[in-house]
Amino acid sequence: MTALDRQVRTAAALALATALAGCATMEGGSAPSKSDPLEPWNRAMYAIHEPLDTNIVRPIAQAWVDYVPRPVQSAVHTFFGNIEDGFSALNGLMQGKWEKAGNDLGRITVNVFGLGLIDIATDAGIPKGDEDFGQTFGFWGVPQGPYLFVPLIGPTTVRDGTGLVIRYYLGPVTYVVNDVPLRNVLYFLGGLDLRAQALEASSMVDRAAIDRYTFIRRAYLQRREYLVHDGNPPKKEDDE
Amino acid sequence: MNRMLAIVRRALAVGACALLAAAPAFAQEAPDALVKRVSQEVLEIIKADPKVQAGDQARIREVIESKLIQHFDFLRMTALAMGRNWAKATPEQQKRLADEFRSLLVRTYSGALVQYRNQTIELKPMRAEATATDVTVRTEVVRPGQSPVQIDYGMAKGADGWKAYDVIVGGVSLVTNYRDEFNEQIRQGGVDALINALAARNKGGPGK
Repeated sequence: MTALDRQVRTAAALALATALAGCATMEGGSAPSKSDPLEPWNRAMYAIHEPLDTNIVRPIAQAWVDYVPRPVQSAVHTFFGNIEDGFSALNGLMQGKWEKAGNDLGRITVNVFGLGLIDIATDAGIPKGDEDFGQTFGFWGVPQGPYLFVPLIGPTTVRDGTGLVIRYYLGPVTYVVNDVPLRNVLYFLGGLDLRAQALEASSMVDRAAIDRYTFIRRAYLQRREYLVHDGNPPKKEDDE
Repeated sequence: MNRMLAIVRRALAVGACALLAAAPAFAQEAPDALVKRVSQEVLEIIKADPKVQAGDQARIREVIESKLIQHFDFLRMTALAMGRNWAKATPEQQKRLADEFRSLLVRTYSGALVQYRNQTIELKPMRAEATATDVTVRTEVVRPGQSPVQIDYGMAKGADGWKAYDVIVGGVSLVTNYRDEFNEQIRQGGVDALINALAARNKGGPGK
């Protein structure tokens, strides 16, 4: 065990202890949201994330959108989109959503003719399934579990986060691309594309939120509920 | 002279009757037809107006105030965002809350509106009884080269026709999304704290 290892472990243990202490103190004074029992911990993570995102990640993504030629942006988006369409098809199949899975497979097939870089499928009106592992868990009745905020990743939950970890382990960039510099470039572009897609949502939060953390949490949970139910979430009087 | 007056009076009476007849007809415009008509009007303006396209906030706000505002029920929206805390507010506080919330939503909307050019809005078939007084109008905003965005409107029928009380973008209700924030403000400092927070936000202060 190296010194650095030890330091990291100590820090992690400390952080965990802080989080638990935070939970304990919350019992008294405040009313934690039912969906966010780890709120003090999450807020600490958000405090780490926010300046990183505002000062580094978001400006880079904004520059990408503002200055890189559109065809290049859309080629990158389509390239990674094809991979996600594959995983969406897989998740559609695991939920018995044949039409969605069929669309996703159709999208991939059609986009082969665009060399995977031109999104012919979207122009042809074949909708994206947008299914993922978190939604598959949800479909089979797995509850969201506690809300989590992960620096640089953003809002998630125990259930959706588990889905993300599974998705991460399935690559395929990690396994297919052996050239390390190229692989890193792909990781970078993939992350950049993801962040660029969320820029509109970010400016919405800028304008609308009173407390960004809370606003993002509610929006994330609403959005996921909507996706799990394919746009028809059960109506409920959610008056926490 | 008398005859002249009689004609004028009759004309006025006919005019008034026509107005009275027209008013209920207008109020009875079906909710989905209303959404379609208003969306198209606004989209036309966005497409045609260079000031809106250049992002002129004053002009955008003018469009919203003149075309959209009257179709929303801000008191009900605020009540919905407040949840059970609504009952804790006095009528005076409720009015101030609704005013501040209205400003906040107009601001949010005016920022989003510029992004709507080159878009078309399609209505999805609505399943509702003819006698229904509370419906969801589902629309899909189609953007070239991008996945469509679902925008749904929760609408209720009142004395002066249908009004929207919720806007749900891609599954996220812009109204109930404030529930946690409002709860938190009220828990910390009561209803007045929320009014102050909203007012400060509307004066251009950043969110936390």
